[in-house]
Order: sequence, then C-alpha cells, then structure tokens
Amino acid sequence: MSLLIAQFLTGLANAAALFLVASGLSLIFGVTRIVNFAHGSFYMLGAFIGYSLMQVLPGFFGFWSSVLLAGIAVGLIGVIVEMFVLRPIYKAPELFQLVATFGVILVIQDLTLMTWGAVDVLGPRVPGLKGVVRILGEPVPQYDLALIAITPFVLFALWYLITKTRVGILVRAATQDREMVGALGVNQAWLFTGVFFLGAALAGLGGAIQLPKGGADLLMDFNILAAIFVVVVIGGMGSLPGAYLAAVLISVLNVFGVSYIPQSTLVLMFVVMAVVLMVKPFGLLGREEVAGEHGQVGEPERPFKPAGKKGRIIVAALLLLLALLPVFGSSFAMVLVTDIIIFCLFAASLHFILGLGGLVSFGHAAYFGGGAYVAALLVSSAGTPMELAFLLAPLGACLAAVIIGWLCIRLTGVYFAMLTMAFAQLLWSLVYQWDEFTGGDDGLVDIWPSPWLAETEAYYYLTLIVGVGGIILLRHTAHTPFGYALRASRDSSRQAEATGIHTKRVQWAAFAFAGSMAGLAGALFVFSKGSIFPTELEIARSFDALIVVFLGGVKTLSGAVVGGATLELVKDYLTRFEYWRLILGVLIIVIVILAPDGIVGSLRKLGERTGLLREAEVSK
Amino acid sequence: MTDVLKTDGLSKSFGGIRAVHNVNFTVAEGELLALIGPNGAGKTTCFNMLMGQLKPTSGKVYLHGEDLAGLAPREIWRKGVGRTFQITGTYQSMTVIENVQMALISHHKRLFSILKYAHKLYRDEAMSLLELVGMADQAERHCAILAYGDLKRLELAIALCNHPRLLLMDEPTAGMAPKERIGLMQLTTDIVKNRKISVLFTEHDMDVVFTHAHRIMVLNRGELIANGTSEEIRNDARVQEVYLGGGHLFEKDEDQINA
Repeated sequence: MSLLIAQFLTGLANAAALFLVASGLSLIFGVTRIVNFAHGSFYMLGAFIGYSLMQVLPGFFGFWSSVLLAGIAVGLIGVIVEMFVLRPIYKAPELFQLVATFGVILVIQDLTLMTWGAVDVLGPRVPGLKGVVRILGEPVPQYDLALIAITPFVLFALWYLITKTRVGILVRAATQDREMVGALGVNQAWLFTGVFFLGAALAGLGGAIQLPKGGADLLMDFNILAAIFVVVVIGGMGSLPGAYLAAVLISVLNVFGVSYIPQSTLVLMFVVMAVVLMVKPFGLLGREEVAGEHGQVGEPERPFKPAGKKGRIIVAALLLLLALLPVFGSSFAMVLVTDIIIFCLFAASLHFILGLGGLVSFGHAAYFGGGAYVAALLVSSAGTPMELAFLLAPLGACLAAVIIGWLCIRLTGVYFAMLTMAFAQLLWSLVYQWDEFTGGDDGLVDIWPSPWLAETEAYYYLTLIVGVGGIILLRHTAHTPFGYALRASRDSSRQAEATGIHTKRVQWAAFAFAGSMAGLAGALFVFSKGSIFPTELEIARSFDALIVVFLGGVKTLSGAVVGGATLELVKDYLTRFEYWRLILGVLIIVIVILAPDGIVGSLRKLGERTGLLREAEVSK
Repeated sequence: MTDVLKTDGLSKSFGGIRAVHNVNFTVAEGELLALIGPNGAGKTTCFNMLMGQLKPTSGKVYLHGEDLAGLAPREIWRKGVGRTFQITGTYQSMTVIENVQMALISHHKRLFSILKYAHKLYRDEAMSLLELVGMADQAERHCAILAYGDLKRLELAIALCNHPRLLLMDEPTAGMAPKERIGLMQLTTDIVKNRKISVLFTEHDMDVVFTHAHRIMVLNRGELIANGTSEEIRNDARVQEVYLGGGHLFEKDEDQINA
C-alpha cells in the first residue's frame, strides 16, 4: 500500500512538466489554430537554457530564478518564431503552418547541438530540496513534493488568467472567432504573438523544471511531442483542467506501468488515449468542436482533369529517361532514384487522403512501416518466399488501415489527426518492445530480395514499375467516381450526404486504399535496404510524408511527388554537411514563406502571372 | 390526390427550448407548398427533420405512407426526396457540371467505381439538367467563382438528379436579386408542373410566396398557426398578429400579383 502511494506521488510529480508543456500547446492551438510541432523543441531549449543558467546562478534562489528565466527566454524565442516564421503565412491553407514549425524543429535541433554539444546533461539537485521525506516508510524526494505542490498553483494561475482577466477574455474570444475579435478593434497580430510567448514560455518552464529529475538531451524534443499531444487530446483541446487531469493520468499510469508491466510502457499512453477518444471523442473535459462545413480553408482546389496529350508525353519521356538510367548512371544513382520513388509513393498515398479527402493523418508511417514489417516478419519468422511476402505486405497494411480507419474516421479535424498518430505510435511501441518477435530496437536484418531481383539494376526496375505504377494508380483513382466522391465528402459533407453519398464509408475506403499503397512502398523499401528498424514507424516518418505533401502543394495532384522528389534530393545532398538539419530547416521555412501554395501550386501561379500558362478564372 | 408526405406530431426540443412543437401537415402530389414564419420559427428545424439531418424528439414523418424514422439523409434521398439548402452546399473544387455529375454518379450507384473517369460519366444527362435551370453556358466554370444566385440554381439541378418525388427547398431565393427570384420560382413552378414533383419550400419574400405557392403554412414559435390558400392566410387574424401585430399586411401586394 505504501509503495503504491509513493508511486502515485512520483506520477503526480512527473505530471508537472508534462502539464506545463501540454497547456502551452493547447493554448497556442486554441487561439492560432496552429499545431505547433516545434513545441517539443521549446521544451528542449528550456531544459538546456535552464541547465546553463543553473551553472551560473547558485543556491536555492538561483535554481528557481534559472527556471523562470529559462521560461522567459524560451518565450522570447517563441516570439521570434511567431513573428518571422509564422506571421507571413497565416493566410496560407490550414495546417500549412505545421510545415514551418517542422522547419523550426530542425533548426532548433542543430542550434542546440552547436551550442551544447552532443552530450546528455544531468540537472543539478535543487539546493534545499535534496533530501527525501519518508511517507509511510517509503522515501519520496522533497523535490517531487515541491512539484506536486506547485503544479496546481500554475493551473490555477493559468485558469485565472484565461477565465477572469481581460486578456483571457480576448484569448477565449479569439479561440472562437478570430475575425470577430479583429473586427472589434483588437490587434490580432499582437494577441497571437502574446499567446505564442505564453505557450512557448510554459514549454520552457516545463523543460527547466524537470531538469533535476530528467536532465536534458537532444532527443527530448520528439520524445515529449507524442506525450503532450496525447495529454492535450485526452484532456480535451483547450481545456486547462483537462490537460492537468490527463497529465496526471498519463504520468501515474506510466509509473505503475514501469513497475508492473515494463514491456508495455510505451504502448500504455496510446492505449489510454485510444480508449478515451472512443468513449469521449472530444477528450475528458473538451467540448465538441462547433460542427459546420469545414471543407477546405482558403482558396479551394482547382478542378482537375486527367493529363492531356502534352502532359502524358512529358511524363512518358521522363519515365523513359528513368528506364535508361542503368545504362548511363552509376549504381549509386540507381539507389538514390529507388529511394526517391519509394518515398514519392509513400507521400502520394498520404496525399490521396490528405489532399483529396481532407483527412489529415499524423500517423501514415504506420502503414509504410507496417507493410515493411509484414514483409520482413513473413520472411524472417515464417520463411515466406520474397515474392509472396512482397505481395502480402500491402494487404497487411490494408488490414491495419481498415481497422484503424474504422476507429478514426468517426472523428474529424485535429482529433482525427491525433488518433491516427496514437495508433501509429501504438504500432511503433508494439514493434519496439516486442523484441523477441520483431527484433525491437535492433530491427530485422537480412531481408533480401530473391536472387533474380538481387542485382541493384533488377531491383531498380522492380521499383520503377511497381512504384511508378502505384503512383499512377493513385492519380487515376483521383479522376474516377471514387476519387470524386472523396472530394465531394471533403467539400461539402452535408450536400454529399443529402445526395446519397455515405461520406464516412467513402473516407474509410480511401483510408484503406491509401494504407495499402503506403504498405506497397514499405515492401519496396524493406527489400531495397535488406533491413527494417522501428524508426520507419516513428512519428518523424509520418511527419516526413506530411511535410512533403504540403511542401509540394496539397491542392495539386502532383504536389506529393514533386515535393517528395525534391526533399529526397535535397536531403541526399545536404546530409554530407555536419549541420544539414539547420540548412534543411531554414530551406523549408524559406520555401513555406515564398511559396505558400506549395512548390507546384506556386509555380503554377507564377506561370499564370508571367503568361507562360493559361490563366484560370480566379475568384476575387 | 394522394399525400406524398405526411407528418404526425412532429416535435423537436433543444435542451429546454421547444423549437418545433406538434406540427402536422401533408404535402399533396404536384403541390407547391410554402412554409413561412418569422426568423426562429422552426422552419429549418422542420426541414432538417424531414430530411433526416435531425432526429425528431417525438412524432413521425411518412413518405408515401412509409415511416422515415431513423433513416439517414442519404437513405431518404434514395427514396426520392431532394433538398436544397438555405446556405448552399456545393463542391467548391469541381466545375459546375461535375457537381451535377457527382449526384448522378451517386444516383446510378457508381460511387466506388474506379474504372472510368468521372468527368465522362452521365455528361449528357447533367447537361440537360443544367439547361433546365439555365446554367448550361456556365457548365465548365469553376464552382468556386459562381455568383450566389447561380449556386442556388446549380443546387436545384443537383437536387433533381435522382428524379425526386418531393423537393425540399430551404429559402431558395434568399440572397438573390428580385429579378432572379422571379426567374427561379417560375422555373420551380414549371418543374412542379412538368415533372410531377411536389415542392415544399420556406421563404421570407412574401411576393414569392403569394405569387407561386398553391398553399401556405405559417409557423410561429414552433407551432403551426395557419394552413390554407393565400387568400385564407392573408385574412387570418393570427398570421397578421405574428407578422405585424395587427393591421392588414399583404393587401398591397395584390397589385403586384395581378400585374
């Protein structure tokens, strides 16, 4: 019993940082509608800045000043990000901003590496709170008790700020109707900046305050990202008490999980989230988002027709060039193009549901990695021939997408995004922790294609045929009644339902189709590399595809492929530099600001403006 | 004449508010029936219950004698009920004709087909519907750049795709210029006559209502307070009370009607 209480207290203490960071994310999303991927980076910066300050400022007072100063410093960094990266692109399509925040992640990662080096630092023990208190005979660190005591005060202060002050009223008003707040004479730009300051500062505080318990390292940005998304969603978007409740729930469960079912620690959080969302689709204390016509934000997608003669000739010429690559190119070039085609197929499959269906999936890696693992496991555990495993991979991914899709499709918008991410993480943690079957962190190796495909050249042709075939199939489907029904469901689900379209079923089918295509890409991937690791199921992998679709142009058919090819090529070139993430991050931010319609969309507009392309009628 | 639609004690409460209370009416075959009432009277709520977008708190809706309880809008549509919305709902990313083709594809149950190109399916059928509503010349335009009145006409074409027996039109002429209103209602009248469709519509413009409707129902605070010909409605004391708090409201309109 006493042990249980001690564990419960540890959980409560761990909830402190989680709550701080999550409430910041919730606040930023609520007001600006930006899903801030860089929030984990703010948290990491808070930890590192706090650590450096603590080296300089001694004693009890010095520690707490360092925590506060770290918060303020990160808040100011947040302001810089908001003013220079996000402000120029508020008018861009919804969720486009998350591409920019992804760029910020990369930049902050390398800046942190430059400043603090690739070492894990451990935070100092807090002067005056170094000891332990015995509670029912069990030792509980004094610092834990301090955290447990502080968090409710922070919650109360935030709650007071939001519900009782004028600033809070403005923030809540902006959450509901930004335009109206603007029309009432409130300077929206500064309100957003202020909210970003507060949100980032909270993340920084969270990073600094957990130093004595967790320290700081370069992986903590992504490590906490999933957790805070989970907390925000379980608690209910925009609900501060909900975020606290969820943070406590997750942290306490985690402590118990570590002690009693250690092999499930990573899964636990996502299982809880999935269960909560299935029972309460808007989180524990969240309210239903105002239902209405969502459709597309900003300028609607242009009508499109299958490529004309000219387009087909260009594509055919390009494909011929690729087919001749083995004749004049090096084997290195073949490997590179293989990688690019695989990635493009993966991105194109996401574009199918994201672009045409308006279904923002944050967990598409589940089907890519899932397909790869299905093939790899069939080969390694069941001794299945490569050809059969290759064919079964997309089927396995399809099955996963059918099940996960059925559970997710009922939700919309950001809740849908979060639930898809939760299931992807679930799959990832399953693979990661079930090492006797999946190899865990060591992955599965020695998964090579059959002899007749073993040569680089042969596999290159397989990728070219299957990969390009998959992309063409996706494009073709976009032009068929099924693709149209998917777009109709996105444009106006009300009208679609009133004219006999079962929108959820159409979306479900599309989700399954996209999943199997991602699985096909996964199958190509695993046999080209000969191995598979859990990283292919990670959030970062899902983000890769997401970024590429937006970067290429979510409202264009070829955006995903163009974006995918561009990013892979650029990455291939940049990774030879030490700080390639910094360069890539800056590049992404620059593209996002210069080309808010994505590469293809913005090029098309440029072409129309310069008269190279026939101008379409544009709504004024 | 047989009844196409019949409601029996239709009621809807939102929390403690009775938005619609015990509404009973029928729509006869080939009838152009208007449902009028002040803002907030419950007209749209009524429509949403007829089409399955809202579940009634109590009461039933019968289509040709068949109980529609528990059916989703798409199922009711398949039974031959079309609808246009107060705030238009069209597919903004498609062209005008593709909007109509989409509904035709649904009508022909080919939503999951992945063999043929959608924009080549049922083109002639779609074109003739666009001609009917006077939108043929704009068939290839991007839906997102249409004028509001044109969107309303497009919606009408979409609603006709499944050869409905009953058409529900929620404020079909709202936001249109006076000339356009007359055109659209004339068009509706013709459709009722030529295609043997019954139409139930809500409307705020009394010119439109009294000129075109065969019969008028008046809803106030969720309750049906009058039901009759335009003459009867005009002379109904309760209706006058609701609209003007007494006095003769529609007298002046007569010149226009006769004109």
